[in-house]
Amino acid sequence: MSSALGVHGIAPGPAVAALLIGGSAGAFDVLRAILRCLPAALDLPVIVVLHLSSRPPDGLPELLAIDCALPVKQAEDKEPLVPGTVYVAPPGYHLLVESHRAFALSADAPVHFSRPSIDVLFESARDTYGAAMIAILLSGASVDGAAAMQEIHAAGAITIVQTPASAEAGAMPLAALALFQPTFTGSPDDIVRRLPALLARSTTVSSRSPS
Amino acid sequence: MRPEVTDLEIRLLLEAIYQRYHYDFRQYAIASVRRRLLQALSGLHCDSISGLQERILHDPHMFPRLLAYLTIQVTDLFRDPEFFLALRRQVVPILATYPSLKLWIAGCSTGEEAYSYAILLAEEGLLDRTLIYATDINDDSLRRAQAGIYRLDRLQQFILNYRAAGGQGSLGDFYHADADNAVMSQELRRRITFADHSLATDSIFSEVQLVSCRNVLIYFDRELQDRALGLFAEALCPRGFLCLGTRESVRFSAHATRFQEMGTGQKIFRRID
Repeated sequence: MSSALGVHGIAPGPAVAALLIGGSAGAFDVLRAILRCLPAALDLPVIVVLHLSSRPPDGLPELLAIDCALPVKQAEDKEPLVPGTVYVAPPGYHLLVESHRAFALSADAPVHFSRPSIDVLFESARDTYGAAMIAILLSGASVDGAAAMQEIHAAGAITIVQTPASAEAGAMPLAALALFQPTFTGSPDDIVRRLPALLARSTTVSSRSPS
Repeated sequence: MRPEVTDLEIRLLLEAIYQRYHYDFRQYAIASVRRRLLQALSGLHCDSISGLQERILHDPHMFPRLLAYLTIQVTDLFRDPEFFLALRRQVVPILATYPSLKLWIAGCSTGEEAYSYAILLAEEGLLDRTLIYATDINDDSLRRAQAGIYRLDRLQQFILNYRAAGGQGSLGDFYHADADNAVMSQELRRRITFADHSLATDSIFSEVQLVSCRNVLIYFDRELQDRALGLFAEALCPRGFLCLGTRESVRFSAHATRFQEMGTGQKIFRRID
């Protein structure tokens, strides 16, 4: 490779230890496509906040599990994060990650009219994982997630924002793009195509000097 | 951008608060404490946790303001109406068999939960033989709870919740409204004793038939959750009721075997040991 960039044009960094996905209006199908592309041998936890417009059924994890190779479950208070599991924020509560890598719930006021809020989860994940994470922000009609995505990006983590034009509701990606330039923006197809290689970013890659 | 706030700074601050003011947040879940402290930094115009620590140690007016950020929980009358509906249908008939009733609302904040119980019991004809202990660690919240005054713009939500919770009459029977506020009626307030009590440092004060502590334990770490659940088991009469928040559980606790879930679809347990 001739540039200082590593695999797929992404600067080498620490091993990715968590995948975070936030979405709102129009994000459900994209989220399913992303979960579908995750390998069964994935060695990190996946944590999802999806805003749902009306009072949501408790069945979201089951729905998402249909064509995902990994187990999908609702995150529980104080539950330790287990690699290879997809966790979904429970309705009506904020979901946070503690520094000892267990979940905590909060009934604090909604943020950007949302509880669970993407900002709340993503900020706590940034405090825990720093650069060692990938955060994806999908379609939505809110500004939730934008501020935390900027912080995650500043911490050196990989940030992915769905292109507003490819989103059913472009406001959420636009709010993020107004704040910072993510690692990449892409359509759902782009994200699904590039994500597996990014997830494989390992310490071996980061310790190898660019040649 | 948020200032960087490490677990270490938070632990030092919580230790200082404990040493100086005897409020014990040292076993609170850190991630939520961090969020609330960041809000406090912004609201109290401090640049860092150590700056905040200096001010609360030297300025006695500062600590109550910080305490508000750390403790106040915004809730509604009849929050989670389906919980109160289950309570009305499946717990109240059993409560009605006791000649006198004592309830403990732990972590009552500004009183909404305590008044919800009082209204429900009044409608079920049980309030006259009931005493409700509603406790919190924040004196300012307790004063507001005691006053029972809520802004009128919150009433619409209260009324929706009340109806969804199986309210039988008119919520208006339980408050007096002026231009800006609703004041909870004397009939309710004389059955509720608001008192200072810490689940982290105090012990039990009475035997009760029901403990309600909803969405409080999620802010505690495992050890403090265990302490609180131990207090509840100790305070409850045999077969007494424990009500927790929708996403709270006794499952991972050392006291798990002392409680049995009732099967109401809500987090309502009975003491079985």
